[in-house]
Amino acid sequence: MFNELFPNVDIEDMVTATYETLYMTVISVAGTLILGILLGLVLYLSRPGGLWENNLLNWVTAAFVNIFRAIPFIILILLLFPFTDFLMGTIRGPKAALPALIIGAAPFYGRLVEIALREVDKGVIEAAKSMGAKTSTIILKVLLKESMPALVSGLTVTAIALIGYTAVAGVIGAGGLGDFAYFYGFQRSDFDVVFVCTILIVLIVFLFQFVGDAVSRAIDKR
Amino acid sequence: MISIKDLSKVFHTKDQDVTAVDHLDLNIEAGEIYGVIGYSGAGKSTFIRLLNRLENPTGGSITIDGQEITSLSKNKLRLARQEIGMIFQHFNLLWSRTVRDNIAFPLEIAGVPKEKRQARVMELIELVGLKGRENAYPSQLSGGQKQRVGIARALANNPKVLLCDEATSALDPETTDSILDLLVDINEKLGLTIIMITHEMHVIRKICHRVAVMENGKVVEEGEVLNVFLHPEQAVTKKFVDQVMGDPDQEYSLALIHERYRSGKVLRLHFVGESTNQALISELSRKFKLDLNILHGKITQTQKGAYGTLFVHVEGDHDEIEKAKTYIKQTSVEVEVIPNVQ
Repeated sequence: MFNELFPNVDIEDMVTATYETLYMTVISVAGTLILGILLGLVLYLSRPGGLWENNLLNWVTAAFVNIFRAIPFIILILLLFPFTDFLMGTIRGPKAALPALIIGAAPFYGRLVEIALREVDKGVIEAAKSMGAKTSTIILKVLLKESMPALVSGLTVTAIALIGYTAVAGVIGAGGLGDFAYFYGFQRSDFDVVFVCTILIVLIVFLFQFVGDAVSRAIDKR
Repeated sequence: MISIKDLSKVFHTKDQDVTAVDHLDLNIEAGEIYGVIGYSGAGKSTFIRLLNRLENPTGGSITIDGQEITSLSKNKLRLARQEIGMIFQHFNLLWSRTVRDNIAFPLEIAGVPKEKRQARVMELIELVGLKGRENAYPSQLSGGQKQRVGIARALANNPKVLLCDEATSALDPETTDSILDLLVDINEKLGLTIIMITHEMHVIRKICHRVAVMENGKVVEEGEVLNVFLHPEQAVTKKFVDQVMGDPDQEYSLALIHERYRSGKVLRLHFVGESTNQALISELSRKFKLDLNILHGKITQTQKGAYGTLFVHVEGDHDEIEKAKTYIKQTSVEVEVIPNVQ
């Protein structure tokens, strides 16, 4: 039945491609989380009236975020070739896609983090100050903790965008389902392969959305 | 306990400077509940936020318990703040933490070890009457319960001073009263100095010992609550006193009294403090051959005793009435015969 409907689909290859997509997505989500939170915190803390008000730092960070968000992802991959080569020692395969994925997604997530932090009630921050809290305590125990549901749903959105990016990264031979669909499906006119890859990607997106929503709901006690 | 000298705060905006607190001097004694009342924009919120330097003053000094708050370094200020509790109009609880963990937060900040923390939190939950709710999240609590958490949290590190910034303004009248009772209770039990910012005279009347009236960044009137009630000097103070004593019907009912009571005399009794505890009216009717009829009045309770006015119609012999008047004058009640009554 399966072989009749999808004569050109090799299950073993599909498993490998799915694994590569998941590998790229999970690692790049982790990297984006760390870098994005840092960017978001710097944007939030250094803005006028913030805890570390610093116009120069705010301007530089905002410029970095805006520039990297403006560059189309496919061009970003090409631009980052020398950097990737230096960092990973190769410009092919799933690993080589990671720097571009993280640098492409982190500024986007950083903005979402900044928005989430701005939603934290100023009164609560003031209350923590009145208790004699250090800035580090306010960041870790008030700002990040109180904005957690928004940080999680922002990360879900970013992760889904990243799954899309991993497919684009196929152009540098990054591997994964997008790469597979293009080279083994489209180029050979085996459209059943394209179709199966699409279904698998959609399933992965649904999985991320489902998990993200569930976590966000569970930690939201408002 | 708290001494404030020449305190000023000027906010610079794009097109003008706004003086929120204007060369303010104030002394607050240890263990007293001190009220600061004023309309919005009077500078009272800025004033209380200057006390723990949530706002930095433009000039002047604040000394709390011998420590000059205004000259502290950032680090020392943090430590000093741990000894100054604060509660807020909108409670400002962390919604991501349970009641227990909200109260534990200032203890975490002060570096209290976990076991001591838990014991202290249980004590505080008991003190503010939230037993059984320790695992609830703020969203599951009523406004009054949230403020109780706020109070427990403010008391966690055994502060010497509690700052209340419009602490009851977001609560309904009944809940307000229960929170005020709790504050009086804490003041008496722990000997805590409480500074209370409000725009409700009712709050001042109910729990404060002394009061300052603020207008345009200045204290325009200050003193014992009862004295301020009795002899409000400034127009703004009179307005506030009217909030609780206000009696727009008085003129009208005096006219009615004039018409109806053509015989005997109408006395105006002014109760000031303690004396209200004595059963003055029933004493008069027992000691003198008089018929007494209460016509109109309002008595209200303050921390320093009762305050208010009663209009009483007295029927009887002229001499008896005069004797009764002399008797009343020996008490702390002020008496006055309403003229134009035959």
